[in-house]
Amino acid sequence: MTTPAASDSNEPPAGCSPLAGSSPPENLQLEESASFDRQVIHYIQRAAATGLYEIRGLGAKRRLPHFDDLVFLGASLSRYPLEGYREKCSSTTILGTRFAKRPIELAMPITIAGMSFGALSANVKEALGRAATELGTSTTTGDGGMTPEERRSSKTLVYQCLPSRYGFNPDDVRKADAIEIVIGQGAKPGGGGMLLGQKVSPRVAAMRTLPEGVDQRSACRHPDWTGPDDLTIKIKELREITDWQTPIYVKVGATRVFHDVKLAVHSGADVVVVDGMQGGTAATQWAFIEHVGIPSLAAVRQAVDALEDLNKKDEVQLIVSGGIRTGADVAKALALGADAVSIGQGVLVALGCNSASYVQDGKHVSAEADYSKLGTAPGFCHHCQTGKCPVGVTTQDPVLEQRLQPVVGARRVRNYLKTLNMELTMIARACGKQDVHHLEREDLAALTIEAAAMARIPLAGTSWIPGHGSSLD
Amino acid sequence: MVSAMKEAGRRVVFDLERQTVRDLNQFLHGDLGGVDEVAVENPDGAHNIAVGLNAPVRVDIDGHAGYYAAGMNKEATVVVHGNAGPGLGENMMSGRVEVSGFASGGAGASAHGGLLIIRGDAGLRCGISLKGGDIVVGGDVGSFSAFMAQAGRMVVCGDAGDGLGDSLYEAVIYVRGEIRSLGADARIEPMTDKDLSAVRELLAAADIDHPPGDFKRIASARSLYHWNADANQTY
Repeated sequence: MTTPAASDSNEPPAGCSPLAGSSPPENLQLEESASFDRQVIHYIQRAAATGLYEIRGLGAKRRLPHFDDLVFLGASLSRYPLEGYREKCSSTTILGTRFAKRPIELAMPITIAGMSFGALSANVKEALGRAATELGTSTTTGDGGMTPEERRSSKTLVYQCLPSRYGFNPDDVRKADAIEIVIGQGAKPGGGGMLLGQKVSPRVAAMRTLPEGVDQRSACRHPDWTGPDDLTIKIKELREITDWQTPIYVKVGATRVFHDVKLAVHSGADVVVVDGMQGGTAATQWAFIEHVGIPSLAAVRQAVDALEDLNKKDEVQLIVSGGIRTGADVAKALALGADAVSIGQGVLVALGCNSASYVQDGKHVSAEADYSKLGTAPGFCHHCQTGKCPVGVTTQDPVLEQRLQPVVGARRVRNYLKTLNMELTMIARACGKQDVHHLEREDLAALTIEAAAMARIPLAGTSWIPGHGSSLD
Repeated sequence: MVSAMKEAGRRVVFDLERQTVRDLNQFLHGDLGGVDEVAVENPDGAHNIAVGLNAPVRVDIDGHAGYYAAGMNKEATVVVHGNAGPGLGENMMSGRVEVSGFASGGAGASAHGGLLIIRGDAGLRCGISLKGGDIVVGGDVGSFSAFMAQAGRMVVCGDAGDGLGDSLYEAVIYVRGEIRSLGADARIEPMTDKDLSAVRELLAAADIDHPPGDFKRIASARSLYHWNADANQTY
């Protein structure tokens, strides 16, 4: 279905880039080019053979400045810590306090990001809803609308309004606990959604009013508004439809974050979601994933700058997403000024993405042969676009989707997010905070000059922030 | 709020010089208590009039409406006696939305059902992302109309601008006048008996009189449905 018609025998088989896996004889002169290394050669040969760009899933794979480049300054003599195992540390999080009459209250500042039914199976959507409900947090729909399974299983469900408007309808608007207007996502700011034909099953097609099996390429612009002035009116329309009860989020892919966040606030958002370039996708062009957008570390700082510039820091909440993996990542995002985070890929990994096995009837069954058929292996897979997920997470295949049962998936996601929240509160206590939202920039130090400059956090052991004074004391 | 209304049997009047759009919409979303007709006076181009309706009530807007009049309509009949701003009847699910004058951009955008009637001209992107609704335009439609239209029918009694039906899926367009240009993957096809009866039915519903045989059928060539390096696709 998506096999390029112009492919020829010049395309190197998967995993067979030049010299891959071989040990060259010692007398050969093998000087690899930094500009044209084996990966680049494979890319060019593939493009030459197919005439089509590569489409894949998940997020940026290359090394980027990230939250790993920050560390916390735990309490000592100059700060007083809380007892780690005894004293309370609140993680309660309230979102949507600006205009909505019915803000959302969550037990933790860790939410589940928007991922579609279509990209994910109905079982997975149900698992996410169950896990979020058990933990007192929210989950989010995606391109393609809201499934009944998802609504039933999710106590707090955020309903996305995307450019495609697939499956978007007023009944579900009224059922939603919050509405998220998606301007863009970190994996592809400026691009529309994509769902290849293998995953456009009869049910997905019906929900999206599309022909079955079509390679769905969604619009990147909303059909009924074109700029921030229009968006202001669009937000008011949604508020009118929901009688001003429901919080309205605006989600942007991280690019010109300072200006975009200001415009989102001017447009009337209750909550702004900023998705950094590490954010994942079920399918997008490789060049988009790796080369468009800025890292979450830089984005969060710019977003907070925008809110502070408008004096809206405590009025409009900020959710940061894109590459949040651990409780430490969550704590750093909060210390930098986010009110909450949103996680997509981490949750998929918790469900079993890139695991060597899946669970059936309580037993682990190897999935390695199915990874091999995709030309990959556990730990390296990003083939969500094929719909042939070996562990049944990103698929619409009726056989494969049985590999992830909602109860099993829900338990894993619950455990994962619970672990993150425990790590978050542990770090907050160590910094002397009774509330995770009291974490602050002063609690952080940067390990690299890049991180110091992007996050505007002093380089560890100094008070130096590149571009902000020259003190090295 | 009720005391500010002039009641005449089952008809209620809202005067937007003295009442707010919020008052109006809150009333329309609630228990209508037997009211089946609502008149909106002095709309003065206000935005979001009669949005999110979910009952078989008739709303007459006596003047020009701003953005998103009758947005996400379900079951209701909303008539604008004037011109309408962008997004008229956007994402409507059912019912009937009508404007006596002109409609601005994005009229009927992503409409899933119902009938939208525009007696004057429509601006850019009329019927964009159409998902099953029907649209009848008495005059012309602007450029990029029916862009990525997925399902439903659009009848244009006048001319169409550039890029008509670009990236169409299964929606069908009927145009009586000139088409400045077709968008990618849109093509003119012969009118069948089914098409003639569809046009006849939609014109009758809109109370517009033209011979169905005057219309051309525009539908998708379906060459963009799948990635194909040989098709010289540029995206």
